[in-house]
Amino acid sequence: MDWAYFVELLCSGLVRGSIYALIALGYTMVYGIIQLINFAHGEIYMIGAFVALIVSGALTIYGFSGVSILVLAALIAAVYAAAYGITLERIAYRPLRGAPRLSPLISAIGASLFLQNYVLLAQTPDFLPFPALIPDFEFMEPIAHIVGSPELVILVVTTLTMIGLTVLIKHTKIGKAMRATQQDMIMARLTGVNVDRVISVTFVIGSVLAAIGGVLVGSYIGQINFYIGFMVGVKAFTAAVLGGIGNIPGAVIGALVLGLTEAFAAGYVSSAYEDVFAFGLLVLILIVRPAGILGKAVKQKV
Amino acid sequence: MQSFKKSVFVALWFMFLTFPLLVVRVNTLKGEVEWRWMNMLWVGIVFFILSYVWRAALERKGQKKANNLDEDGEEILGFRQRLFQDPVIYRKVIAAVLIAAVIFPFVFSSYQINIMVLALIFVVLGLGLNITVGLAGLLDLGYVAFFGIGAYSYALLNTLYGWNFWFCLPIGGLVGALFGVLLGFPILRLRGDYLAIVTLGFGSIAKIVFENWDGLFKGASGIANIERPGFFGLEMSLEQSTIYTYFLMVLMVIFTVFVVNRLKDSRIGRAWMALREDEIACVAMGIDMARTKLSAYAFGAFWAGLAGVIFSARNTYINPNSFTFMESAIVLSIVVLGGMGSIIGVIIAALALILMPEYLRAFADYRMLAFGGIMVLMMIFRPQGLISDVRRKYDLSALQKKKEAKT
Repeated sequence: MDWAYFVELLCSGLVRGSIYALIALGYTMVYGIIQLINFAHGEIYMIGAFVALIVSGALTIYGFSGVSILVLAALIAAVYAAAYGITLERIAYRPLRGAPRLSPLISAIGASLFLQNYVLLAQTPDFLPFPALIPDFEFMEPIAHIVGSPELVILVVTTLTMIGLTVLIKHTKIGKAMRATQQDMIMARLTGVNVDRVISVTFVIGSVLAAIGGVLVGSYIGQINFYIGFMVGVKAFTAAVLGGIGNIPGAVIGALVLGLTEAFAAGYVSSAYEDVFAFGLLVLILIVRPAGILGKAVKQKV
Repeated sequence: MQSFKKSVFVALWFMFLTFPLLVVRVNTLKGEVEWRWMNMLWVGIVFFILSYVWRAALERKGQKKANNLDEDGEEILGFRQRLFQDPVIYRKVIAAVLIAAVIFPFVFSSYQINIMVLALIFVVLGLGLNITVGLAGLLDLGYVAFFGIGAYSYALLNTLYGWNFWFCLPIGGLVGALFGVLLGFPILRLRGDYLAIVTLGFGSIAKIVFENWDGLFKGASGIANIERPGFFGLEMSLEQSTIYTYFLMVLMVIFTVFVVNRLKDSRIGRAWMALREDEIACVAMGIDMARTKLSAYAFGAFWAGLAGVIFSARNTYINPNSFTFMESAIVLSIVVLGGMGSIIGVIIAALALILMPEYLRAFADYRMLAFGGIMVLMMIFRPQGLISDVRRKYDLSALQKKKEAKT
């Protein structure tokens, strides 16, 4: 067995998985609070990547350089992703609260199509080269053929983000409000939680995570177009479902499992069929555990 | 004044929101930034007006809800519903439509007939998905996979074994239904939301397999030289064949409408609707959930399979690109736009959504944008669709009156 190859696949699986995790968190948090599958979440990720590309492109032309571009681009991308997230919730989801379950889902699919084509028409249908915003570190030189600097940055950033998210949800006031809303929206409102604000904040957090993912992936892969959000969104959603949707640690585990499965399937079997393995895994796990790996089976009450 | 301020705020917000994507365009090759300030101005103006419309529409929706409750729960049929309920009117309408359908191919060119055939194929697809989504309430985002399976089964049977169209038509439908049941099994126990991702995954898998299994499906290059539908071995010119396919498709639509209409009022159709309304209550009434759900998938997939066979016979060439998520989304928006469960609504929506972009070329670029926007707006303002489905029900008060009149 070729161990170097194995480690390489392992790393690429972890990188993939952590990107999926960043986006899956947005799905799972929104689902936990308003039981809605935010189908347009992948589009927020794509918009984040696009804004970062535009900002970094403009800044390069106006003579900025180095790390300042990365920081500014990521910051502005996060702000815009959050703004799009809030607007999306206000327009497409808030008027549908209390409607039958299928309605917001279809609305979300519509919003996803709309945002994709909005970017297509406003910018370009072609692939755009994404500048390598993440610099190559010198200390990574000896192992660069297995783990490059971008991979390292992705792993570190996602780990830090997840720690930050855990702290936010476990130890802050808004986190407490979010958990309360997740358990029982009406009761939370009775105890003085501003539920509308909690929902908006959830969308903001999810969108910012997606934008971070967008910037990282953009500079890791090196090109983006309007369609990148769709497949990544579907995969992240798959990851969230794998782990048990609505469950935050579940989303991370599901994402890592999915990322590793894909990487090994692509490495050892065939890269053309990696999506088949991803969805096959989903179906297999759902047959055994219909609520996902960590999800609790919800007893329906009449 | 209050609403003016709000609208100004909305306009400013959207100007901010669309700024990087609509205004700035970076050309990295030439190293210059293109500023499109006019777009920003337009966004401001449009959203200023839209915000007024939006608020008025939301207000009206709220009022309507309050009004509807006042009238002792009795619904008044709107004009559009009356059009399809009142036998005196609808017989005339149907006769007119049929005559128009018969005359159509002799008036228009074969290019137009070809487009019409495509639109009719989407009518059948819409009616098929209507069974799964509209009647049974099971979301299916991979519907186009069955369409593809039907198309490929005819393409393969025809090019490899030389089987003819008429023999393959039912086979394509049955193969589609078989895969529908196959997809149905693992997802029987899943909740509604999980269906979305599993069906979507199924659709993607089908496309990947079509694309990469070069040995059987010829990969991305597709299968060519598929036979057109024949008529007892009669030689037909291209134009005659197009007209023939058109009439075939019209018959197919009539057949589909007939079957779906009968299904709706049948035992299984009522079971589907009961399942859609309340799964627990439905199962408690003794309806076999597994069988009902599987049959909903099977019936939906059956029509997709039939439509697929006709599609590949019409095109004589198919490749995996005809079976992407986009097609699933289009069929879904046809069902949503037409009104879930409503047959007439789906037909009108399919014709509108497929024909409009063909004739308004300028509109074609904005097609998917408009589809997306329409899906959102429909869900908010008219979740029942253009023409809402009217449930057959016993009118108790009328029955009572009849009884009283008798005694």
